[in-house]
This record gives sequence, structure tokens and C-alpha cells, in this order.
Amino acid sequence: MADDNDGRGYPEPRFDIPTSRATSRRQFIKGVIASGAAVSSAGYLFTIAGCSREQGAARGIERMLTLNVNGKMKVVDVLPNETLAMTLRYKLGLTGTKLGCDRGECGACTVLIDDVAHYSCSTLTHAVRSRAITTIEGLEGPNGELHPVQQAMIDELGPQCGFCTPGQIMSAVALLKANPKPTRDEARHSLSGNLCRCGAYDHYLNAVMRAAGSGENVSRA
Amino acid sequence: MAAFELYQPDSIKGAVDLLGKFGKDGWAVAGGNDSLDWFKDRIKRPKYVVDLSGIGELRGIRETSDGGVEIGALTTLTEVERSPLIQQRYKVLADAAGRVASPQIRNSGTIGGNVCQDARCWYYRYGVNCYRAGGNRCYADTPEGQNREHCLWGADRCVAVSPSDTAPAFVALDAKMVVVGPKGERVVPAEEFFIGPNVEITRMTVLEKGDVLTAIRLPAEWSGARGYFEKVADRQTWDFPLVNIAAAMVVSGAAGGEKIDKIRIAAGAVQCVPRRLTAVEAVVTGQPKSAETASLAGQSAVRGATPLNFNHFKIPLLQNLVTRAIRDA
Repeated sequence: MADDNDGRGYPEPRFDIPTSRATSRRQFIKGVIASGAAVSSAGYLFTIAGCSREQGAARGIERMLTLNVNGKMKVVDVLPNETLAMTLRYKLGLTGTKLGCDRGECGACTVLIDDVAHYSCSTLTHAVRSRAITTIEGLEGPNGELHPVQQAMIDELGPQCGFCTPGQIMSAVALLKANPKPTRDEARHSLSGNLCRCGAYDHYLNAVMRAAGSGENVSRA
Repeated sequence: MAAFELYQPDSIKGAVDLLGKFGKDGWAVAGGNDSLDWFKDRIKRPKYVVDLSGIGELRGIRETSDGGVEIGALTTLTEVERSPLIQQRYKVLADAAGRVASPQIRNSGTIGGNVCQDARCWYYRYGVNCYRAGGNRCYADTPEGQNREHCLWGADRCVAVSPSDTAPAFVALDAKMVVVGPKGERVVPAEEFFIGPNVEITRMTVLEKGDVLTAIRLPAEWSGARGYFEKVADRQTWDFPLVNIAAAMVVSGAAGGEKIDKIRIAAGAVQCVPRRLTAVEAVVTGQPKSAETASLAGQSAVRGATPLNFNHFKIPLLQNLVTRAIRDA
């Protein structure tokens, strides 16, 4: 229809659809976060589950803090009401940590704090300033190789849609750090704080058991 | 999340001073699992948040001189669940801590936070102006109200229940709660620590603004007692109990002819406070630990239960859980 007015009294909306995608959404988001105005503009872009920025005069804690993330010390300006998930994703650009429910009910945001699995959406960043934080990005080997759990996920076709996978992997890594040879039931118990809406639980368990090197426990029911 | 000022004291005194100063505008956070949900939903909007997580003296599990055990309020549920001391002496508590929510929540959630958590009534959590929120009506106890999770006893305008898994274990173990406030320290028995709507409708514990639960003491009297904990929930992880049961029991005699010498038993999620089942205790004390005793115990547990429109199922559920606790402990 060439006519702007189709008889309903208002014009059809026109969308400017690009013919080629030069930049992926992920690259765009990371670009925004990495750009100079990052911290201030990111705050406005991601207000969906975000923190109110109306801050009073600076009292209480010091906002600038040094975080130990994936073995690197990062200096970040963190709001008092900011969760670790927000800091990781929108201040440090570590978007491998996913936000699903933002209420501690799904596990997509799972990270390791001192090698123990935590929901980063339910952790105030200021409460973990002296702790060692490991995200999915921190599992990468020195030459970019995958962590054994990540490789096992690929080998066992663990994920379906993949959104919950970083959280599942972090829970599995926490388990294997504490218990390198878990039984399948122990693994099931350790991953019970991570929801998978595709229902790929058994595939994830297969991957965890493969990563633990106990191939004989892998069953494909 | 609405803006607030954050304070991170490193001592109990510092925390109590701050909370005393802030009064109604202050809020104490430990693990944050309950608090941050309130803040994100912008239903509770404190101006000043006091993060207790940096207070070292609130952590740890230690033996006391009288043969009991003291658990710092900031000890995580995972630490309580895995502590050999708790597993050996107070099994019911280790089992209860291990059934709370999910692994990640147990890793950050504290034992103090678990007993101090607020009601899970979904109308209240939705932010309506109900009695518990300071208003003048209840949305759950109406002809259409969805009250499947609500109480069997103790309804008084509000019908919300105690959502904690560890609270009934503490009542069963006759624990003592150590509270520090602006007026100093006081020690409150677990049974009196939790309060119903008839006492104070907007709170679930005796803690007033400015008070901090610093430790929980388990008495030597129940050290080494047999424990039984069972929780029934809609899902095996995350979920709050529909009913849970915690019992500590001392028995004598050989297997097969055991006699129940002493027992304390409490149920969660059936009343606004963990409900100590004194009728059951009276029925089974001194009796053989048999199927008949267990069956009688179950029947006596549910006497006087007053169900709402959608929670009748909790009556046979509680009855069966009590029967199993007496039979299998």
C-alpha cells in the first residue's frame, strides 16, 4: 500500500529496516558500555530492572571500589543499591552473566564468589568488595580454550536455547571445585538452583558427569 | 531498586547504633535474599540500609561452656547444613537448613535471615495495603481469596504463615535467640521469639527497629537427640513449605521396644508462628515408639485446625507428617 492513510485515519508506521546487519546487538551493547560515556549512559539505557539513580549526598559507603573479577582488579563506581549482576553486565561489560528473573528464582545470574555459587542478582556489589568473583568469562584458559565443563556441554549437546547455560556451567564448576567426582545425584542436587525452561536438565547432567571424567555415569535415558 | 544510603558497620555495636539512629527509616540486610526482593519491587523503601555482612563476630559455629552450641546469626545455611557439630548433635537443624530454597540461596542466605524472614502471603508481597502492611483488610481470607498456603491456626485478621524451614527446628530444639538492641542484650526462647498477628500484626518476630539477632544458642539438653525434619512443598527446590515438621526426641530401650522419653515437636507453615505441637508431646511422652503411638500423635496434631477455603489439604498433610516423624525419627 503506497498510501500513508489506509482509511483508519492515521498513517501506517514506517520502520527503517536495515538491509545488512553490520553490528550485532551484543556488539552494540558492549560498544555502548565500553564507550567513554559508558557508565552514565548505560544507567539510562538499562533502567528496566535497574537501580534508581536519584542518590542523596554521599554518606555511608564510598562508591568507588575495587572489585576482584576473574583475577583482575577493576575500579568501578558502584551505586549503593546496585546488584552484582548489574555491575558485571552494565559497568564491566561481562554480559555472559544473564539476568533472568532478577529475583533469585532462576539461576541465570549464577557467579562464583570465593569459588561458591551465588545469585549475582541478589547480591549487593558493595557486600562483595573484598571477595574473588568469577564469571563465565573467567573460565577461559590462557589461550582462549574452553573450560572442561564448557567443552563437555558442547560434546553432550547440553544446552537447547542456551540462556540458562552460563548459570548452569557456573553451578557445575562450583560443584566440581568442591567435589571433583560427584555422583549423578550430587550433581543434580548442586544444579537444583538453576532453572532450564527448555527442560534440558538431563543433558546438562550428562555434561557435568563427562566433565567430572566419570563417563560411566553418563546415561541417556 | 529505589535509592538508599548504604552503611557497612564492622561491629555489632556499630550496627545497633546505626539502626537505632535511623529508626523507622533503617533496614538491616544480612544475605539480602528477602530484602532485595522487597526493594526491587519498591514496596519497602528504607532510606538507610545497614549491611551486616561485614561483621565478623556474627559468623561461625562454636561450642559453649555448658555443652551447647552457639550459631552466629550470619552463618550461612550451607555452613549450618554441613557443620559436623550440627550434624552430629542437632541433626534436625542440619536437615532443615539443607531443605531451604536452592543451593545458591543457602550459600548466601543466613541462619538469622532465615528465621527473621517476612511472611510470603502473596497479597502482602504484591504490595497491597493489607493488615500486615498497616492497612485495614485481608485479601487472602475472603470468599475468592487464594489461601492455599495460609494458616490452620491463629488467624487474627491476618492469615499468613511462618515460611521458615529452620524456625520449627529451633523451636523443637528449645533454642535461645540472642538479641542486641539499643537497650542492650536479651535472650529470648525460640517459642517466644516468633509472634502472631494477635501480638503485633506488622511483624513476625519480637525484633523491633534497631534490634539485631546476633546468635542462636542450642541447649545441651537436646544435644545428640534424634531428629526428624520433613518438608512438603510444591517443588523440591526453591519453594516455601506447604507444611514442614521438626522433631527432637530422646528414646530409651532396644530397637523394636523403644520408648519415647522426651520429645519436642513443631510444625511450620500452619500458623503465623512455628506451631509447637504440645498435644502430640503429651500423647507420645512415655509411650512405646510404635505405629499406634504415631497414629494417635497424628490425630492429636490436627485437633482444632480451622481451614480456610483452599487449604483443607494441610490437615491430612500435617497429620501424616507428624505420624511419620514419630514413627521414623
